[in-house]
Amino acid sequence: MFKNIIDWIDARIPMTRVYNMHMAQYPAPKNMNFWYVFGFLATIVLVNQILTGVWLTMSYVPSADGAFASVEYIMRDVEYGWVIRYMHSTGASAFFVVVYLHMFRGMMYGSYQKPRELLWLFGMFIYLALMAEAFMGYLLPWGQMSYWGAQVIISLFGAIPFVGEDLALWIRGDYVVSGATLNRFFALHVIALPLVIVILVFLHIVALHEVGSNNPDGVDVKRKKGTVAEEDKTKFEFHEYYTSKKDILDDVVPFFPHMVLKDLMAFGVFIFLFCYVMFFNPDFYGKFIEHPNFETANPLKTPEHVFPVWYFTPFYAILKAVPHKLMGVIAMFGAIILLALLPWIDRGKVRSVRYRCGLHKLNLWIFAISFVVLGYFGGTPATPTSEILAPLFTILYFAFFAALWIYSKNENTKPLPDRITK
Amino acid sequence: MKKLLYTFGLFVGLVSSTAFAAGGGALPYQADIDQTDKASLQRGAKLFMNYCLGCHQMQYQRYERTFNDLGIPLNVGLDNLIFTKDTKVGSHIKNAMPAKDAAKWFGAAPPDLTLEARLRGPDWIYSYLKSFYVDPSRPFGVNNTVFKDVGMPHVLQELQGIPHKEEHFEEQLIDGQLQRVSLGEKIVVDGSGELSVDEYDRAALDITNFMVYVGEPMILERESLGWKALLYCLIFFVLAVLLKKEFWKDVK
Repeated sequence: MFKNIIDWIDARIPMTRVYNMHMAQYPAPKNMNFWYVFGFLATIVLVNQILTGVWLTMSYVPSADGAFASVEYIMRDVEYGWVIRYMHSTGASAFFVVVYLHMFRGMMYGSYQKPRELLWLFGMFIYLALMAEAFMGYLLPWGQMSYWGAQVIISLFGAIPFVGEDLALWIRGDYVVSGATLNRFFALHVIALPLVIVILVFLHIVALHEVGSNNPDGVDVKRKKGTVAEEDKTKFEFHEYYTSKKDILDDVVPFFPHMVLKDLMAFGVFIFLFCYVMFFNPDFYGKFIEHPNFETANPLKTPEHVFPVWYFTPFYAILKAVPHKLMGVIAMFGAIILLALLPWIDRGKVRSVRYRCGLHKLNLWIFAISFVVLGYFGGTPATPTSEILAPLFTILYFAFFAALWIYSKNENTKPLPDRITK
Repeated sequence: MKKLLYTFGLFVGLVSSTAFAAGGGALPYQADIDQTDKASLQRGAKLFMNYCLGCHQMQYQRYERTFNDLGIPLNVGLDNLIFTKDTKVGSHIKNAMPAKDAAKWFGAAPPDLTLEARLRGPDWIYSYLKSFYVDPSRPFGVNNTVFKDVGMPHVLQELQGIPHKEEHFEEQLIDGQLQRVSLGEKIVVDGSGELSVDEYDRAALDITNFMVYVGEPMILERESLGWKALLYCLIFFVLAVLLKKEFWKDVK
């Protein structure tokens, strides 16, 4: 009976074939370590954001008069509305936590290198869309930080020569952030950008499955047809799509159930931490929900300090570290564009940091530390110390790319193992 | 797995370290509140409705929810804690003061206090309530050390008495000479209030406790549900580990 239903469907759409190709018979390197769980976790958070977002939309009022009150209505009067809302607000920050770790994984193991350039680019587009999504979502509660954060960020577009002011006006739909801005941000936040993100995630996965997953050693687990001895071939059954093109080494497991179970273990840890934040510290020391946001937006009263939410602060620090406004905006966007260009900036042939030169290890760590330090400075009021250190770490951030481009050309790498290591 | 926890921990640590560094100036008092103390919350509600609500609304919170959560029977609440005319027990906690007039009288409309505890924190509210002092240069004759040049009168004055700010000095031997050294300023009360100093502190704490409750009325439910969620996550994690081990045992 069950088989009949499956056959009936399979005769009409390629359900079993797609399931096998991308789940049960998709080869995943078995040495993938914990750094490889964040893509899975990002997918989970995306689903969480979409589902909780749908339910929030049922009670949220997208207007300057009603927005703030409707959020409190959700928190107080809607049955378990506070659970939905905290899942959404915690999810927003969790999204960036897992995405940043996911990106750093890609940098450590050279996952952006040939042939995964397009995969990396799709990822960067997801990141950009995610930043726009988060930025617009943060305006919706219509608190003081929502309002003034949006005011500051949109005014950055005003720094662009000739068209800047008109562009900022076009984005706001008004001379200041107003109900008109709120309504368009709502439309983009709940419809346009989620659609873009879902499509990009689909393309990201299509690109991943076409080239195959990288691994912590950065050595290929698929070899040219006919070069692998029978006893070195994998004992698992994989889809013909993969086996017909390449010989697959005994270094892989099927994505389902093996990799999914590994991911589920990580999910257990993740959801524990998520629940801890959500139920015991939902505003997370004023970082996930900034305290001034508990006051309704007031165009006539500027808060003492205006900071973007924590996940934007590294770039905000770069913006502030450059004395010239336009140059600052260029540096800020440049910091993201350089990340997207990594596949071409890195001219090395060895992927994993494990087998690259000592300088690369140092460079990568300095980059990671600079990012975190800049994040700190971008979220705290300026002090004499920060005014010296923030420009310094901005330079270190950009120096990562310059240095990488130089030393990767003739890098003194360690010998690669023939197969993945345990 | 250890590494995973470690990385998460590191990330959480980094984010929170920026949070603590962003804190403002030190507050003189810390509010040792207890959300499970229903009697304190009830006293706080009574004080709020009698002394604060005349000017400050809690427009997002309903009387009914408040009475239910605080264990106040609805008819008792309706008769004793609702002072505006024709107000139903399901209404929001509002007053009868028109915002436009209020802005004229006070320079700015008195802010809504539903979320004040989440905006400024319990320590701030507790310190604020204890930091009024006589200052004849201000329109209402009082100022506040926590909120400089505050635009409201000291409405709890009949409870606290008249508070004065006094600077305390001590004679100290510095470089072989006796010198007067300031020990900082203190608020001293003249004793004309209905409450003793300890009783007033208790009242300020009760109001703070009540405002923390209104800021997040689901706070107790949130935490009790949180423990259940964490326990469930733990069970899920153990099952996931066992299942993973089972499937991976043949993978060399």
